[in-house]
Amino acid sequence: MDYLTIIQILDSSVRLATPLLLTCLAGLFSERAGVVDIGLEGKLLIAAFLSGAAAAVTGSIWIGLLAGVAGSLAFSMIHGLASITFKGDQLISGVALNFLAAGLTVVVGQSWFQLGGRTPSLSGDGRFAPWNLPFSDAMAKIPVIGPAYDELISGHTALTYLALLAVPLSWWVLYRSRFGLRLRAVGENPSAVDTAGISVVRLRYAALVIAGVLCGLAGTYLASLAAGFVKDMSAGRGYIALAALIFAKWRPWYALWATLLFGLLEAIGNRYQSIALGDIVIPVQFMQALPYILTVIILAGFVGKAIPPRASGQSYVKER
Amino acid sequence: MTLMKSFLGAAAALALTSGTALADPAIIFDLGGKFDKSFNESSYNGAERWKAETGGSYRDVELQSDAQREQALRRFAENGFNPIVMAGFSFSTALETVAPDFPDTKFVIIDGVADAPNVRSIVFKEEEGSYIVGIAAAYAAKGDTVSFVGGMDIPLISKFACGYAQGFKSVKPDGKVIVNMTGTKPEAWNDPVKGGELTRAQKAAGSEVVFAAAGGTGLGVLQTAADEGMLAIGVDSNQNFLQPGHVLTSMVKRVDNAVYDAFMQGEDLETGLFVMGLANDGVGAAIDEYNEALITPEMKAAMDDATAKIISGEVVVHDYMSDETCPAFDKPGE
Repeated sequence: MDYLTIIQILDSSVRLATPLLLTCLAGLFSERAGVVDIGLEGKLLIAAFLSGAAAAVTGSIWIGLLAGVAGSLAFSMIHGLASITFKGDQLISGVALNFLAAGLTVVVGQSWFQLGGRTPSLSGDGRFAPWNLPFSDAMAKIPVIGPAYDELISGHTALTYLALLAVPLSWWVLYRSRFGLRLRAVGENPSAVDTAGISVVRLRYAALVIAGVLCGLAGTYLASLAAGFVKDMSAGRGYIALAALIFAKWRPWYALWATLLFGLLEAIGNRYQSIALGDIVIPVQFMQALPYILTVIILAGFVGKAIPPRASGQSYVKER
Repeated sequence: MTLMKSFLGAAAALALTSGTALADPAIIFDLGGKFDKSFNESSYNGAERWKAETGGSYRDVELQSDAQREQALRRFAENGFNPIVMAGFSFSTALETVAPDFPDTKFVIIDGVADAPNVRSIVFKEEEGSYIVGIAAAYAAKGDTVSFVGGMDIPLISKFACGYAQGFKSVKPDGKVIVNMTGTKPEAWNDPVKGGELTRAQKAAGSEVVFAAAGGTGLGVLQTAADEGMLAIGVDSNQNFLQPGHVLTSMVKRVDNAVYDAFMQGEDLETGLFVMGLANDGVGAAIDEYNEALITPEMKAAMDDATAKIISGEVVVHDYMSDETCPAFDKPGE
């Protein structure tokens, strides 16, 4: 394995981790406010579909982005309505959204485009173009740092940089702003927040809005990367993001490392489908199962105790 | 949603059959869905062609999960549809259970074999078609590396890969064929993002031509190949038009012909095992206005030559599924 290969694998990891990171942060905001969000997968899917559809029709991925975020937001609000306003079970509402997205995208897609739930392929401005950071061509000639800068740091799409920026931003919002303090409190002890005269319902909705926007970005990223929507294209990424969230103990910086780790494992699995170690050949199935195996192992032993926000999963009933 | 769909489907099937006396044919699509631009769509096209030519009507259902196979078969058989065509190797077990219970109904299984007197089993020699596109890939690649992206990791897909590798190595014996599978679960048929990443990894490892046999995942492969300036090879249906100028050819499997023939013959169709290969136009490499420019004369000559030799029996392409090994695969890890 040479240096360039390592860079290429890391580059691929970043691409694969971007949607996971955005989705993981979405889950983080939602669960920190005490709303379990198993519907991340559905939001990803509906966002991917709407952004793919809007971008295909208008030819602009930016309009697609708006449509994707709007769709994801709408789903978030349905989740909020069911589980915050009407105090329904958050898990059931989330699962229902996943099914709704899986069916709706195909049925609506078929009636709009007659392509069996696919959207037409996106091209040109219908996708996010890679951003080449300044001097990347010139820097590429410098040994060691050059290729790393050119391949790994430069040349991703706007959403990747946005996702990376979202990490410190989330940290700041959660731990350094008044809003964040209240948000965390609402996930731990909503009655205390209520006693202080702050609306629990409003805070939880605010968290779901943030989650909706982040999922919308992630879905649009998928549609842009694959140049269109294909049914079920989220392929379980929403669930992986949930696993990463537990892994990350509901913290933004840990979320970054956890999703990068998942991305890295997938990239290695893609690049080396079978690895020969002397006489023993590690089969490809093992490489593909590695992220899941690792989740179990790390959760069981290494990560320490992952304690979810205390009030997550419970709807808040005001005492009278 | 899925559940509701099947309920609605059941209701619709019942409502429609209650009044009809003459048996209509029916078709069951496999998990990829009937518009997968690939295998299922090809069978759908065959059924639609029959419908357009004869003015008849047929019922269809798209499966949403493995558990529905037997259920769907029984429902169609009980409602008197005849023949019942199913597209997909995964039906073998379910069909062997169901077929004896309905001796007067004819079943057609495409891509699989079921042992019962009222079943027509149609199998394709994908290895032969893949061999031909492997030759095309060898002529199109300047270097000596090409690659393959499969969908779900099953022997049938390795059969494509094996034929492809043999064809490629018949031209470039010392060349390298990178074979990657997307996954081991049904999601592997619908993950274009992962398909794209696999393609990028293969390009980084030197591949110039990628053959995708991966359903919806293949669309991501074709897209990435176009983005990265590689050539791709489509599968099952003619996919040349998807990325004009970047799809070298498509390994077409004339599933549509198989469905069309079965529907045409109706209740009187012959049962038994039918093998569709190069000799009876069951498989082949698609050439049309979208890829003409990519097919060089010597490439075409080599492809035609190999086709003739396979038909005459001079060249025998190894079938991966016969012994689950492939002489043309590289040793793992190399």
